[in-house]
Amino acid sequence: MKTVAKTGNEAMAYAMKQINPDVVAAYPITPATEVVQIFSNYVADGEVDTEFVAVESEHSALSACVGASIAGGRVMTSTSSQGLALMHEILYIAAGNRLPIVIALVNRSLSAPINIHCDHSDTMGSREAGWMHLYCANSQEAYDSLIIALKTAEATAVPAIVSTDAFILSHAMERLEVLEDSDVQNFIGEYRPRFSALDLENPKTYGPLDLQDYFFEHKRAQIDDFSKVLDAYDKAAKDYAELSGRYYPALEEYKTEDADVAIFAAGSTADTAKEVVDDLRDQGRKVGLVRMRMWRPLPVEQIKKALTKFKAVAVMDRSDTMADFGGPVFLETRGMLYDSEEKPLITDYVYGLGGRNIKLTDIARVYDDIEQVAKAGKIEKLITYLGVRGEE
Amino acid sequence: MATLKELSKRKEGLVGGHRACAGCAASATIRQVLLAAGDKPTVAGIATGCMEVVTTIFPYTAWNVNLVHNAFENSASTVSGVEAAYKVLKRKGKIKDDIQFIAFGGDGGTYDIGLQALSGAIERRHKMLYVCYDNEAYMNTGYQRSSATPYCAHTTTSPAGTKIPGKAQWRKDLTEIVIAHDPAYAAQATPGYYMDLIRKVEKALAADGPSFINVLSPCVPGWGYPSDQTVNISKLAVETLFWPLYEWQDDSYKINMKPREPKPLVDFLKLQARFRHLFKSGNEHLVEEFQAEVNRRWEALLRKEQATSA
Repeated sequence: MKTVAKTGNEAMAYAMKQINPDVVAAYPITPATEVVQIFSNYVADGEVDTEFVAVESEHSALSACVGASIAGGRVMTSTSSQGLALMHEILYIAAGNRLPIVIALVNRSLSAPINIHCDHSDTMGSREAGWMHLYCANSQEAYDSLIIALKTAEATAVPAIVSTDAFILSHAMERLEVLEDSDVQNFIGEYRPRFSALDLENPKTYGPLDLQDYFFEHKRAQIDDFSKVLDAYDKAAKDYAELSGRYYPALEEYKTEDADVAIFAAGSTADTAKEVVDDLRDQGRKVGLVRMRMWRPLPVEQIKKALTKFKAVAVMDRSDTMADFGGPVFLETRGMLYDSEEKPLITDYVYGLGGRNIKLTDIARVYDDIEQVAKAGKIEKLITYLGVRGEE
Repeated sequence: MATLKELSKRKEGLVGGHRACAGCAASATIRQVLLAAGDKPTVAGIATGCMEVVTTIFPYTAWNVNLVHNAFENSASTVSGVEAAYKVLKRKGKIKDDIQFIAFGGDGGTYDIGLQALSGAIERRHKMLYVCYDNEAYMNTGYQRSSATPYCAHTTTSPAGTKIPGKAQWRKDLTEIVIAHDPAYAAQATPGYYMDLIRKVEKALAADGPSFINVLSPCVPGWGYPSDQTVNISKLAVETLFWPLYEWQDDSYKINMKPREPKPLVDFLKLQARFRHLFKSGNEHLVEEFQAEVNRRWEALLRKEQATSA
């Protein structure tokens, strides 16, 4: 274990180096470009054994990853925003073929208008593709999560996305601890693919046409296997904690034991909110934070258990569903809690689109609001667009 | 080069029982390509399209070799990934055999939606043979025009109407586009000249780098002709200069079949329902224009051969 200074992108590239995948097929896109750029330096300097395929688009990046994974390789890539959108078609194919590919992703808003800064619209748009997804709150976590995600993906044959917030994490230098290469290798183990298109003894047709008579059973089996990801993740996260001393639950609670109200947030904003919680706690206010780290699959029971303790919860959504009903986390949270006997009043704050800064005072204002909601016992305003001109 | 007798003893890569139409040239193309490749281990990829649909309906497969299907536009990039994994696993000693890679795609998946993926794969020099089975339209979805559809052909999205006589544009010359990438080998073929196709596959697989064969594959329902005429039409395409058989390697063009007396293009056109409207009175000029363009392209090819011959 050693202490280093790295940006989010450098941390993810370093984890990729230590994982030393068989194939990386990737395409540059701001703000994730550095990940592949740094990784190609590792390739050029012979520090990894990886076959690096510098493809001509993100569509081909993930397509080549699918080919390499079906061929039995350990496979990773990196992208962001429009790149993930261009991969969208192949995300489903990777998941449906049970290929444990891992994407080191940087969250950036989707065009239009074109913008290179953070929001979560890119990954939220892919939430039904069958990929495990972890939102990270800092560079240390991004580094650790890639390693845990790879282990989980390979154990479950479910592909994984690990994401950081554009610029806020991807380009901000932080102090972090990294493992020795050998520790990472021992942790992830040698990759043993379930099948390989290079296995000449057992020729198979990968990706066949599957019609009304079998498709549904195959999809049902995929959904069933997806529900096993949470346990596999938890095991990997606990094993990783023994190795590193850092444990990352699927859902993190911060100062929630006696809290009346809580913010439910993901990514770097959740770490920022901890500062606000500390300040408000100093003032004697009973506020807490629940951080959504794993978004797919949803840790439903954990979320229910965590959130039903509160009188009021503010969901922080860094994207909108265009359903005229707030953001995706809000919608799904309300859905999960619908059957709970005791449930909090839940409001939504859509914030930070296109990288709009979220300040400590913005978060403090959200706590003010939900304390008011808790006190009044009713919601005055269900959905708030936070920090945008023209909103009160 | 393998003889017919040798080929007849090889294990088939694509077996019968699949659901292609009677007289399908595309399935014959794949079968011949895999036979030609059959002396060495082969892993194939295929784009979504007719051939993938008729040969892989779960729980059946007509393929005796490992086949990877991903999506429509990415046969080349998918096989790029397979080949990349092969290289690294071979370096690590996890794979012992020498394996050759063949990516298949139709003209829709190659000339149109998959052109970028093909371009990228050749530029990156993946050692793979890409075979386009070119049936000159989106046959799988019901005969829509592609950039490989010839002039005036009736398709369901370039219908021969009362004002517009079928496709208004000339076809894209994909083989030339591929040659501009400086591949290790490129050729045009058609299964009617099956030994020519076999020889080209052997040559392509022996070449040190990416190779490409564009195979004109007549389509019974799409072109509209009796199912016993596939080989005849395949040959007529060559004899009328509509589809020249040629190859390109080491900066040189070689035309493999130069008809001493080329047949008129109408001999090829008149057998096919997709060109039926060209024979209505008043459309004579279209056939003349079509013939002139075929001649122009043939003359240009002859000049290229002459200019690059040793």
